[in-house]
Amino acid sequence: MIPASFDYVRPSSIAEAVQAVGSAGEDAKVLAGGQSLLPVLRLRMSYPDTLIDLGGIAELRGVREDADAIVIGSMTTHDEVTRHPLIKQYAPLLAQATETVGDRQVRHLGTFGGSLSHADPAGDLPTVALTLDAQLHVEGPNGSRVIAAKDFFLDYLTTALEPGEILTAIRIPKLGEGWSSHYEKFNRVAQAWSIVSVAAVVRRDNGAIAESKIGLTNMGSTPLRASAVEGALVGAVVSPEAIGEASSHAAEGTNAPSDLSGRADYRNHLAKVLTKRAVLAAAHR
Amino acid sequence: MTQVSVTVDGVVYTDEVEARTLLVHYLRERLGKVGTVVGCDTSNCGSCTVLLGGMSVKSCSVLAVQANGSEVTTIEGLAAADGTLHPVQQAFYDSHALQCGFCTPGMVMASCDLLAENPNPSEQEVREGIEGNLCRCTGYQNIVKAIQAAGRAMSGTATSSTATSNTEAVRA
Repeated sequence: MIPASFDYVRPSSIAEAVQAVGSAGEDAKVLAGGQSLLPVLRLRMSYPDTLIDLGGIAELRGVREDADAIVIGSMTTHDEVTRHPLIKQYAPLLAQATETVGDRQVRHLGTFGGSLSHADPAGDLPTVALTLDAQLHVEGPNGSRVIAAKDFFLDYLTTALEPGEILTAIRIPKLGEGWSSHYEKFNRVAQAWSIVSVAAVVRRDNGAIAESKIGLTNMGSTPLRASAVEGALVGAVVSPEAIGEASSHAAEGTNAPSDLSGRADYRNHLAKVLTKRAVLAAAHR
Repeated sequence: MTQVSVTVDGVVYTDEVEARTLLVHYLRERLGKVGTVVGCDTSNCGSCTVLLGGMSVKSCSVLAVQANGSEVTTIEGLAAADGTLHPVQQAFYDSHALQCGFCTPGMVMASCDLLAENPNPSEQEVREGIEGNLCRCTGYQNIVKAIQAAGRAMSGTATSSTATSNTEAVRA
């Protein structure tokens, strides 16, 4: 299987990339690490006229500290994310979830920004971005803008990126004092996509949950926040019973898919069980 | 057509390719490096694994043009010029870590990548480290043994054959 023919452009700066994407028109695709896009091209599920490869743009890679946040270049690979000391320290949820993405080969090429822009609801990193209240920096023909993660994921494989825009960096607030996190992934075999997964970020106070952020993977056409659980967890004692009770709300407001990996009712059950596990694990870190 | 210049197994090649050419097809069909095989063609099986810039990648999921300016190592570049096998190849031979052999080039390359990061992986670390490679003969037991033996051989703690029997002694 070979992709259909396309024109190939490899810009060397963000400005060149924006120009290339703008002038290529509607039938262009942006290539990041290619670990989702190349299979799609090979299967001829997509046949763009032009492929714009961001791989040559050094300024899109790397991680830096910026006051109360860390800023991750969109072309930073999964492998780099899992190893970076700033991410381990200030966004351990991202490091933990990224280690579960694909396999070593995929993590060597796949990128954080590519994964967010692809917006697969079974992908782990969109959920992490949503749960950590990430801010997505975008460059386009009309200049730059910032999109909150909660406004970025619109539908299955659909984001708020306008034609001609590219994601350049992801800003993640540093995990605050007293907060801890856990990503609970449920899949059938190694390197498989999440059937359901849950991201939990909690702040403990005197043996109870004071605040929490709970994100769900593959419980709808976009990553979701389990806001009913977040509400029910306020003041909940860190015990299996109390956390389990709050987690029983995990499927509220979701629209889980039914597919070969499981029916919607099975996913609703998983969401509750995995939320309990994720919150308990996060609270015990 | 787009020009690519790639160092493959120590030799520099410069070619005009169609941008849609996959790295694995460039290696096999243009350079004749047929040691790298195509298994599933859907980036699941890892048979086509090569090192790109020293890191394992699935060459069916990389465009040749993405490798421009980089160094690629295939299974054909591991053995010494006199034919002496690379320690990982030798360990696969000693431990009989292959049945039909189709996954072997990718397994060996993935092992090289894993051992470069972790020279003495536990059994669990090996199994997680090669999760991107499938053996449809399901010959994983000896593959895991071979990788651990190669790690010991390369870090100088044992020869590959004694290391294998040591492992068995410990397990018994």
